[in-house]
Amino acid sequence: MNIHEYQSKQILKEFGVKVPNGSAAFSPEEAARFAKDLSTDVVVVKAQIHAGGRGKAGGVKLAHNIDEVKSYASALLGRILVTHQTGPEGKEVHRLLIEEASDIEKEYYLSLTVDRKTAQIVMMGSAEGGMEIEEVAAKTPEKIFKEYIDPGVGLMPFQTKRMAYNMGFQQSVIAKASKTMECLYNAFVAKDCSLAEINPLVVTKQGEVVALDAKLNFDDSGLYRHPDIEALRDIDEEDPKERAAAKASLSYVNLGGDVACMVNGAGLAMATVDIIKFYGGEPANFLDVGGDSTVDKIAEAFRIMQSDDQVHSVFVNIFGGINKCDVIAAGIVEAAKVVGLRVPVIARLDGTNVEEGRRILREANVPGVHMAKNMVEGAKLAVELAKEKKLQARIKG
Amino acid sequence: MGIFVGKDSRVVVQGITGKQATFHTNIMKEYGTNVVAGVTPGRAGETVLDTIPVFNTVSDAARETGANVSVIYVPARFAADSIMEAADAGMDLVCCITEHIPVLDMVKVRHYLKNRKTKLIGPNCPGILTVDECRLGLLPTYIHKKGHVGVVSRSGTLTYEVTYQLTMAGIGQTTCIGIGGDPVKGIDFIDVLDAFNQDDETLAVMMIGEIGGTAEEEAAAWIKANMKKPVVGFISGRQAPPGKRMGHAGAIISGGKGTAADKIKALNDAGIEVADTVASMGETAVRVLKEAGLYDTCHTC
Repeated sequence: MNIHEYQSKQILKEFGVKVPNGSAAFSPEEAARFAKDLSTDVVVVKAQIHAGGRGKAGGVKLAHNIDEVKSYASALLGRILVTHQTGPEGKEVHRLLIEEASDIEKEYYLSLTVDRKTAQIVMMGSAEGGMEIEEVAAKTPEKIFKEYIDPGVGLMPFQTKRMAYNMGFQQSVIAKASKTMECLYNAFVAKDCSLAEINPLVVTKQGEVVALDAKLNFDDSGLYRHPDIEALRDIDEEDPKERAAAKASLSYVNLGGDVACMVNGAGLAMATVDIIKFYGGEPANFLDVGGDSTVDKIAEAFRIMQSDDQVHSVFVNIFGGINKCDVIAAGIVEAAKVVGLRVPVIARLDGTNVEEGRRILREANVPGVHMAKNMVEGAKLAVELAKEKKLQARIKG
Repeated sequence: MGIFVGKDSRVVVQGITGKQATFHTNIMKEYGTNVVAGVTPGRAGETVLDTIPVFNTVSDAARETGANVSVIYVPARFAADSIMEAADAGMDLVCCITEHIPVLDMVKVRHYLKNRKTKLIGPNCPGILTVDECRLGLLPTYIHKKGHVGVVSRSGTLTYEVTYQLTMAGIGQTTCIGIGGDPVKGIDFIDVLDAFNQDDETLAVMMIGEIGGTAEEEAAAWIKANMKKPVVGFISGRQAPPGKRMGHAGAIISGGKGTAADKIKALNDAGIEVADTVASMGETAVRVLKEAGLYDTCHTC
């Protein structure tokens, strides 16, 4: 789960990281009021969306008086911001962070994440602050320093000191930089983060070490023990179909094409998306109905897939292990009754109770439901029927 | 033969009184698995499925029944603790089925296992099955036929799918293992490949990977340097967008790392054939076996 910059900063502040004074504003009036409360000459107006690259996209403005704050806020709120991380459709700005500007002496990069290979938390730091760290890693990997943290003892002072010296902090701020690392680590562990990133971390002209930006991502599996984090969820930032799917314990990712896929198991669901593309189609989604499907869950899956106007066919690809084909087949029949089938459905069933599943579909004889002999036939037919349906829609339109 | 589990495995089921655990323990028993004990705290003295005694702790179960292998079906918030309990009780192998264990809990588990003998399969996995000998986890039994191909996969359903395709093509298996879809887990591809390499019964290996992490790339390098048997690959997630979690917690392309294209390239560079689609895994295996002159021996069913 992701949260906004201002929320991340609030959490880091609680753990002792120094952040600029600021508040989240939802209207130009609020923005102006918060700007007045700040005692600085220059105020930063920052668009709050769950994506990086906001500065380059025009989402960060420096205001020199209250009128400027107000006009920047009016211009940004409601605007669609397109950054390299949002995709071409961009994201609408609903919130702003109104923050005091800092006198920057130098920018750095600092982050924590879990290293899969060593099964340890790894701290990464670099003097190349404010840049895309992937770019730094690709071009000049020697400029990124790493400290692997022993889970038995946690982040040790020698490591924060070594990192601070490696990153090139002046002696006068070594202690403050080390302290920032320790605080960031404490937050990471306490809140079950999957990523904690400060980019840039700055040293100000006044000799303070300040998190100018902050990004915290959380491990979804750990959220059950952090209701305070769950409460920060911003549903405006999430795809409504992905959200509806999550509520029904379905795993769904919108992919934007016109052949919808309903599959059991994440691996097969990914591979089904791939095979649709392989046969010349455009997959509309990844959808894993999980190992314990019920008829209701299948019906809900159909509701979600068909709520996408772009969808022109549905490919059901099931290998019944724990999921039984008869339950899936009954689910398709039920979905046809309660949700209605707007587009052709192509079903490939194999595995546990396959004969029973095929019998249910055959006997129900639902118009628009096709049974495929095997996966290849099913994928090809789904692609073909989507193209036909699309053509019909175009002729009608 | 086969690897990690077999006729001599004495199995304890952690969380045995749960609905899913009891259901699968029954299938394990019917398949011939030697299930000697179950564990659910507070339920010692009871019996499950008429014959399996329940204990409060894994240590009790191990002491009383000689259990040396554990399979875990407990909810996510208790599962990390259950793995450590099994390791502490001296299990040779622990197979954890549970999905959604917090990553930082798994970091602790891996640290705990460091200087212990216990091998961990999973979590978030379908388990392991040595054909006609032993089944731990969720794998459907009827799709397996005895033979000479080992199967290892990060995905549950793809383990079943490929096994089914192999069986349909007349190619039997030795052991099929799902190593799980989490970013931090127990054994990885190389551990399994190494074991298959040393197993006399196994003549070839089917390896199913997916986006996220670099385990497939590392396996490719290991295969090139060490593997004496043909390996056939498949990678799912070619169309996965970066930064999106594709069902499995570990299936995510982050910072441009972990793409299907990179993995396929690494495998191809190591001389490993990778099936074009999920539907052609079985036929790709058949082709590779024929090229290696192993088809007749491997055509066992």
